[in-house]
Amino acid sequence: MAAYTIRRILWVIPVLWAVATITFFLMHAVPGGPFTQEKSVPPAVNEALNHRYHLDKPLYQQYGLYLWDISHGDLGLSFDGDRDVSKLIRDGFFITAQLGLLGVIVAVTVGMTLGTLSALNQNGPLDYLGTIFATIGASVPNFIMGAFLVIIFAVNLGWLHVLGWGGPHHVSEIFKPSTWDYREVIIPVVAVSVLPAAYIARVTRASMLEVLHQDYIRTARAKGLAEHRVVLRHTIKNAMIPVLTVIGPLAAALVTGSFIIEQMFGIPGVGRAFVTAVGRRDYAMIMGSTLFYTVIVTFANLAVDLMYAAVDPRIRYR
Amino acid sequence: MATQAAVASLPTFSAEPALGRQRGLWSDAWRRLLKNRLAMVGLFALVLITLLAFLGPHVGPFGRYAPNDQLYTPGAKQAAPGADHWFGTDQLGRDTWARVMEGTRISIEIGLGTQLVVLFLGVLVGASAALGGKFLDNLLMRATDITYAFPDLLFIILIRAVLTGRSWPVVTSPRIVIIIAISMVSWTTIARLVRGQMLALSERDYVLAARALGAPQWRIVFQHMLPNTLGPVVVAITFGIPIAIFAEAALSFIGFGVPPPAASLGTLVAIGYTTIQRNVWNVVFPAAGVAVLMLCFTFVGDGLRDALDPRTR
Repeated sequence: MAAYTIRRILWVIPVLWAVATITFFLMHAVPGGPFTQEKSVPPAVNEALNHRYHLDKPLYQQYGLYLWDISHGDLGLSFDGDRDVSKLIRDGFFITAQLGLLGVIVAVTVGMTLGTLSALNQNGPLDYLGTIFATIGASVPNFIMGAFLVIIFAVNLGWLHVLGWGGPHHVSEIFKPSTWDYREVIIPVVAVSVLPAAYIARVTRASMLEVLHQDYIRTARAKGLAEHRVVLRHTIKNAMIPVLTVIGPLAAALVTGSFIIEQMFGIPGVGRAFVTAVGRRDYAMIMGSTLFYTVIVTFANLAVDLMYAAVDPRIRYR
Repeated sequence: MATQAAVASLPTFSAEPALGRQRGLWSDAWRRLLKNRLAMVGLFALVLITLLAFLGPHVGPFGRYAPNDQLYTPGAKQAAPGADHWFGTDQLGRDTWARVMEGTRISIEIGLGTQLVVLFLGVLVGASAALGGKFLDNLLMRATDITYAFPDLLFIILIRAVLTGRSWPVVTSPRIVIIIAISMVSWTTIARLVRGQMLALSERDYVLAARALGAPQWRIVFQHMLPNTLGPVVVAITFGIPIAIFAEAALSFIGFGVPPPAASLGTLVAIGYTTIQRNVWNVVFPAAGVAVLMLCFTFVGDGLRDALDPRTR
């Protein structure tokens, strides 16, 4: 197990190198440079800018410099305002993470509850409603869900706001209740969590049904255990294994995929910064956020594989 | 005497119906699909939507909604849905029905086009990995892992930026650029699936039997192995269509889709969203369009999965 974990963590390094290399060359293959503008600037200014960001050097030297810098944890400077990319990503991720975390909490709570209730009520009205939710929720994109929520709760009812982020913008503000404005938080969080919630509900239901038909559940019932004990101790615990495995990738997808929602609601997260960066050919920022997201996705997948083995003793990695 | 006659007629009596009742995997699956109500609703709706979207501008009363000579009536901007404009009009007075139909057409084209490329790439990579020996297998699977590690939408945006505005042979239109960009991240699922299936199949008795009979490798692959990987691949491709439609809609929504004046459903939602305070219909209809398209393809995919692999129900 330890050897397997180490091997998986080491494998992240070549993956990151490959992603960095592919992104680097793709990015430089994009027609136009970061400082090509409609308005002509004095050639001296252009030269100075290119020199500052090493753009006057041949491509292979830029690549070498870049690899050297990122291997030291230096993501470089953003062309937009000369700011440190690491800091930009840190600031953005502080907000993206709130959205993602709240989304995961909502998705897991709603999904598991719905799935469990559906399974316990198999073929009953609750099951029917749960299945409808799971089917529709799983095939409606988050920004479409967001648009419908805006129409109902912001435009027609006027209860909620739709621009900006109602959470703290800096770490020091987390415990100040005044920085939280639920009216700006609800719609984005619901919009990002419906799809994963639907998916989790579906997996939970299937898994619960499978466990409920196992012999040890019949045994538990036969020895006269109360129904809630059968459900809580014997069924849910075992049914959670397949559910755990989908939560990891869903959480990663939720965090990386939320940039549409960030763009839609003007939430200043990493995703929105990436979209702006591509528009401006802000090389360092594009590279930084792509690598950052790759790390998140890769480690989420790794965490799931390890967690899988931890919960289910039948699985052993070599 | 009577018994003798009965015995004599027995072989002809039993052979005919037995042969007549034999059904292949595909006709069997088709029967099961026909019985699946949701899948049939989805399929019917898809056929209807496709006909409307592709024939709409050319045939019958929908001709007047053709996107290129949109009913541009000054003063009728942001109109609510009515008899003249079934879905209302947008901020320039263009007919929303015509725009939504055009967007649906783009979505379907991109969904199907992407999966065509994905099918080709995925089967090629998967089969080469499974059959091409250990070195090629390792190389291709590591490439698959790396592609899989890329954050999907970010990679699509980058590839699109690289291909846009080039005068290269294949990438002649923005739609093809988007199809290629989405395909470049989505082929991994099919490649892994085909490789796994192929490796499992090569151990099957009938493949061993064919090999023992001296069948050449290409014959075993094309006659025995590829047809048997087809079921799961068809299901995966069907589920890939709504994912591609979603990717395109999401890209268009944040401004990385097909450029104007063409408008995909995602672009329409984005444009409508800017004037949502004045007229919600320009968001409602294209948004519902995306949702309905994705739902229908998912229903058909679910039905196909159940029909082609009865064990997983």
